[in-house]
Amino acid sequence: MAEIEIKNLHKSFGDFVAVKNSNLVIENKEFFVLLGPSGCGKTTTLRMIAGLELPTSGNILLDKEDVGYLRASQRDIAFVFQLFALYPHMNVRNNLAFPLKMQKFSKTEVDAKVMEAAKLLRIDHLLKSKVSSLAGGDRQRVALGRALVRRPKAFLMDEPLGTLDAEFRELMCLELRKLHDDIDATTVYVTHDQQEAMSMADRIAVMNEGEVLQADSPKIIYNKPKTKFVANFIGSPGMNFIPIKEKITPNQSSIKLLDSSLKIPEQREGTNSNENFLGVRPENLRLVSENGVKGNIFGVEYLGSRKILTVETQLGNIKIRVDSDTQVKINEQIQFDTLNNNQIIFDGSNDMALQSEFMS
Amino acid sequence: MMDTSRSPSEASGFSRKLAATIIIVYMVVTLIPISWMVATSFKSVDSAISYPPEVFFEPSLEGYVNLFTNRSRQPKDYLDSLPPPDTWYEELVRSREMVITGPSKFLPRYSNSLIIGFGATFFSVFLGSLAAYALSRFKVPLKDDLLFFILSTRMFPPIAVAVPIFIMYRKLGLGDTHVGMIILYTVVNLSLSVWLLKGFMDEIPREYEEAAMIDGYSRMQAFFKVVLPQATTGIAATAIFCMIFSWNEYAFAVLLTQFNAQTAPPFIPTIIGEGGLDWPAIGAGTTLFLIPVMIFTVVLRKHLLRGITFGAVRK
Repeated sequence: MAEIEIKNLHKSFGDFVAVKNSNLVIENKEFFVLLGPSGCGKTTTLRMIAGLELPTSGNILLDKEDVGYLRASQRDIAFVFQLFALYPHMNVRNNLAFPLKMQKFSKTEVDAKVMEAAKLLRIDHLLKSKVSSLAGGDRQRVALGRALVRRPKAFLMDEPLGTLDAEFRELMCLELRKLHDDIDATTVYVTHDQQEAMSMADRIAVMNEGEVLQADSPKIIYNKPKTKFVANFIGSPGMNFIPIKEKITPNQSSIKLLDSSLKIPEQREGTNSNENFLGVRPENLRLVSENGVKGNIFGVEYLGSRKILTVETQLGNIKIRVDSDTQVKINEQIQFDTLNNNQIIFDGSNDMALQSEFMS
Repeated sequence: MMDTSRSPSEASGFSRKLAATIIIVYMVVTLIPISWMVATSFKSVDSAISYPPEVFFEPSLEGYVNLFTNRSRQPKDYLDSLPPPDTWYEELVRSREMVITGPSKFLPRYSNSLIIGFGATFFSVFLGSLAAYALSRFKVPLKDDLLFFILSTRMFPPIAVAVPIFIMYRKLGLGDTHVGMIILYTVVNLSLSVWLLKGFMDEIPREYEEAAMIDGYSRMQAFFKVVLPQATTGIAATAIFCMIFSWNEYAFAVLLTQFNAQTAPPFIPTIIGEGGLDWPAIGAGTTLFLIPVMIFTVVLRKHLLRGITFGAVRK
């Protein structure tokens, strides 16, 4: 297993820049997720690590060795594709044995390794089946088996659960994570699904428009997003951004919202701009009977254990998460204020989060 | 009452019957010349030219014997002086007042056809699949123009360039050689092969060869072990088209081959000259000539049916 380091990695296709001077360190035995909307460069980054694309500039270090411009076959990594890419003209056993045949193992060694991988993934009863006769989940397992059979330095996965049913996806998430821990793998996993990312990752790198915006543990990514994009992309629904028409100065610990004054974590940084945003997650707002920000209920989404209220205010639409037994009606006038001292101020000029007592 | 057992998109009983009738009529029309040819090959020389034509006749192997032998007509007293014939075909020839003087050139011509036909098919498909793969996967400068250029070689009948090719072949010493004919048919077939196979290669997702390359294989190995097996359908379809062309080609064969590499198509008509119009021998030659392509097509038919509808329905 290995450490992967990406230094100033850049990739452009003609005028289109897919990955912008990115830097990342993926530690040994880490489950690392690249997360972002489609077209953000996450798959291109993964394909460059795999050797399926060559970088325009920059380096990729695998265990301190620069592999950025080597052929895929010389890198000793494994790749699991979204559509599995199982060889349809071979049965399961031959699919699993295919990577080993290149490594001059004896037939008994190959059989033993195939069996070991098959047992690990509980597909040993399917070895003689044709690939086309397998169900989605089993195909997924065969694809994983083919990746791990030769114990490569790292596993790269490109939305491997994307084509599975929702029900199966959750199960495979658990299995994947367990597998990762069992074989002490280093895994780089690409997805656009934040649920998958949050549930499996040791660390997540959120990408947008070819840039790595933040690489941190799921908890930090969720609670302390460094940019507005990350704050909005993570969480369902995303963070509320309330416009503030005032300049923020260091040590400031309250802001004015309409008529009321709101306490915020003590700021360590200030802004030059007068147009900034207060970021607050829907679960950090609560309904109050007085002294809150006023608004009208615009919509109510019932989600079983909770309700998401959309409130129309003079500051724009704001989402609030409440218990599912909270009784509210459409168009009802309510008041709300903030809960916990974990609001984040985003600088309106560059969308970056300001350092504060909370954000440090 | 409405028949709800079939889905609305399925054909009704009447239209099925109509379709079957049309197919049967078409089949009969197409098969008449072929069945007449096969029948003629089993007729005697006399019954082949009798008028009105004989539909029912006593079968004879005279045509096949004449096809495979050279014979010469002899006076009756000479024939009587010979020892009695050893074999049934010698007896048959003697009854026509002839003796066998040796084997005919049919077998060597036939094997020339097999060598050149299969050789050209192999190289058309092999080179075609490599070119198709490259055009399908790589950034080739001026790719579209190149593809058009490749296709444009089929925009005139190949025989239109017969004279330059004839001169070229004479200078290069390729005239009347197997290699020369294989090269020629390969070149003619290649444009079709590249275009057909490119379509099939485009349908094969890149992930397969990418997976193989990550698994430690070179691109060439990935091509042979992973891409080609999945292009079987396209290769079979392309091979049939190439085979039919090189097997049947007549004009270049007449022009460029004579003694050494002559194929069956220019040879068969020359049978006419020997001892009157020997229709049964021609029938026999043509019937035997049909068999290899027929077997080839039947063997690959399963792939062909899927092949020519490629792209119509996604796998």
